[in-house]
Amino acid sequence: MKSPVFLMKRSNWAIPYALFLALFVVIPLFLIAVYAFRNTSGGFTLANFTKFFTQSEALNTFIYSIGIALVTTGVCILVGYPAAYILSNSELTKGRALVILFILPMWINILMRSLATVALFDFMHIKLGEGALIFGLSYDFLPFMIYPIYNTILKIDKSYLEAARDLGATRFQSFTHVILPLSVPGIVSGILMVFLPTISTFAISEILTLNTKRLFGSIIQDNMMMSDTMNYGAALSLVMLVIIGITTVLTGDKGSSDQTALI
Amino acid sequence: MSVKPNSTPAESLSGKDCTQRPPDIPLGGNNIINEDLGTYIIEIDHISKWFGDKQVLDDVSLFVKKGEFVTILGPSGCGKTTLLRILAGLTMTDKGSVRMNGRDITEIPPHKRPTNTVFQRYALFPHLNVYDNIAFGLKLKKTPQEEIEKQVRRVLKIVGLTDYEERDVESLSGGQQQRVAIARAIVNKPQVLLLDEPLAALDLKMRQDMQMELKQMHKQLGITFIYVTHDQEEALTLSDTIVVMNKGKVQQIGTPTDIYNEPVNPFVADFIGDSNILNGIMKSDFHVQTMYQDFECVDKGFAPDERVDVVIRPEDIYIMQRNDSAQIKGVVQSCIFKGVHYEMAVLTEKGYELLIQDYNAFEAGSEVSLIIKPNDFHVMHKEQNINVLKGVVENSNHVSFLGGSFECLPHGLETGTEVSVRLTDRKIELMDYTDEGGAAGCVSFILYKGNHYQLTVTADNGDEIQVYTNEVWDDGDIVGIRILPEDIIITPLKEKE
Repeated sequence: MKSPVFLMKRSNWAIPYALFLALFVVIPLFLIAVYAFRNTSGGFTLANFTKFFTQSEALNTFIYSIGIALVTTGVCILVGYPAAYILSNSELTKGRALVILFILPMWINILMRSLATVALFDFMHIKLGEGALIFGLSYDFLPFMIYPIYNTILKIDKSYLEAARDLGATRFQSFTHVILPLSVPGIVSGILMVFLPTISTFAISEILTLNTKRLFGSIIQDNMMMSDTMNYGAALSLVMLVIIGITTVLTGDKGSSDQTALI
Repeated sequence: MSVKPNSTPAESLSGKDCTQRPPDIPLGGNNIINEDLGTYIIEIDHISKWFGDKQVLDDVSLFVKKGEFVTILGPSGCGKTTLLRILAGLTMTDKGSVRMNGRDITEIPPHKRPTNTVFQRYALFPHLNVYDNIAFGLKLKKTPQEEIEKQVRRVLKIVGLTDYEERDVESLSGGQQQRVAIARAIVNKPQVLLLDEPLAALDLKMRQDMQMELKQMHKQLGITFIYVTHDQEEALTLSDTIVVMNKGKVQQIGTPTDIYNEPVNPFVADFIGDSNILNGIMKSDFHVQTMYQDFECVDKGFAPDERVDVVIRPEDIYIMQRNDSAQIKGVVQSCIFKGVHYEMAVLTEKGYELLIQDYNAFEAGSEVSLIIKPNDFHVMHKEQNINVLKGVVENSNHVSFLGGSFECLPHGLETGTEVSVRLTDRKIELMDYTDEGGAAGCVSFILYKGNHYQLTVTADNGDEIQVYTNEVWDDGDIVGIRILPEDIIITPLKEKE
């Protein structure tokens, strides 16, 4: 095969990416699945899963993680939606500048920000723990909530609002009947970008709670670090993946395709 | 086509006079409204509106009778949509007031007004289906469920979309979306329906069908329609009353026949239908001179020798084989078949080019005679104070006006004196580059006067001048304005003590 012809076919350009995906996504996933159904000696077993569902520690941590993720997502929506709504309404240039200010923390590494939060709490003599964890996670993930919602609201045609007003809606009603339903795809994107990464967080939770509160990510990490519990760690990862997969499919149905493409 | 003989000059002097006078036109053939004859549902009283420092509405007044079909007609940017939005409450006026049913609604928000709007791009809610879009207004009013269902079915029948309730609005064609938009507005039983170029996005055939349906709906519903369009044919077809607007000002208000037969100024004549617009001189009552010839006409009440604009519709000129009794002799320049009639350009012996529409074709090059009947000359006043501007003396031989500086003859006035600058009828030259003249401007209106062009040039400071030229310029051209010193006549605005 001559190289120019080979390069001219656009599908051939995908080959390196396909290789990358195979090496770093598909094979590791496969390995996780394989390890999850094995015991330390390499035989097939379901013990890893029965251990998870019977042993209270991992299960409790998992439920606790989901709880923390739900609270964080809730805080992000409550703080982020009004922020996105205000940003999308102000003058274009002013709005842009403010949006950048909101997005700015995203430019800094998430661990650095967590360490800064610890320093801030120390400085103000506030005890680290659950509160600090929720604050830190919300602070870390807020931009991921604001940005998709801001984008969605910005794209809503102003004539819909005028039509609603014309048809007898007050300002508040035109918000609840038009803006809110039309910004749902943005909210869904925001939820996906906040809720899912929060469940599997580990380093941040350890820093912000001085390792007193552990999230599911920490449990997986602990088990993965030791060779004798690696199979159990793999099973925990698989459980989390399945849960994440189910949530994505469920929320993806509601959001319109172009909006979920944002993530 | 008959002409109202007593269209008095005072009425047609300027757009403003017209706007202050409620339209004295009979209503369309709608029985429901006759009992309310004489009451105005909408009174727009001297409203003005600025966007930044650009004035989009300039002292507009308009009175609309109950049940009337009123069309606001004008080129894009004339302020017609702004006027409609002010009626809907979506834009607030800066000056003047709006009354509906005698109640001042100038400050009333849109959701409390008895109006509903059909938007130009429909603005149907994409997250709702046809039924929920139409039910939107009724649900807000807490109408009972069964009543909503009944009403939605009723209006869907009116717009011819029965059984479309469950359809997604984005799956509908442009024409169907248009119908849903109309249904969504009329289901609320507004007293006034506002339509913002509702047919602009449809193709010709669909547009014509919808025009007929709208007219039918207007009759059936018996409510007032205010319809904004830039399409003069649409306006002539649909309306009881047409309001012609240009540059934020009302030019003329009247029935379609009035507007067509008796345009008050060259802009209206040029905008509505085809026309020949010529310069003329009113020698005496019933006697006009144009194209270097004297003609009999039916207009009177002008000052002796007053300079006027003369409008002749192309279909009002009779064309025939050359004979001795002809008023005007000419040679056909071109002949185009237009479906029903032929459109011919005839160059007269005196050098004027006339547009003629006739059922008979005369080939290019044929020698013809033309006859124009007295009542087919439409004589109108020229704008007063053309090319009289405000200026300030800069020094002994320079004066500034039109946002620029011009050399003038020595005048002996002190620097800074405010003066009135009159430009003689001699040539004002337009240059390709803005720095070639004393001031810069933009060609904003073009009229072909048979043997030359009359351009309106808007200078950078917003003042307008009229320029007569044989050169071809385009609307929107940016030009330099050059005026010779001897053509600038300066008089101080007030006597110095």
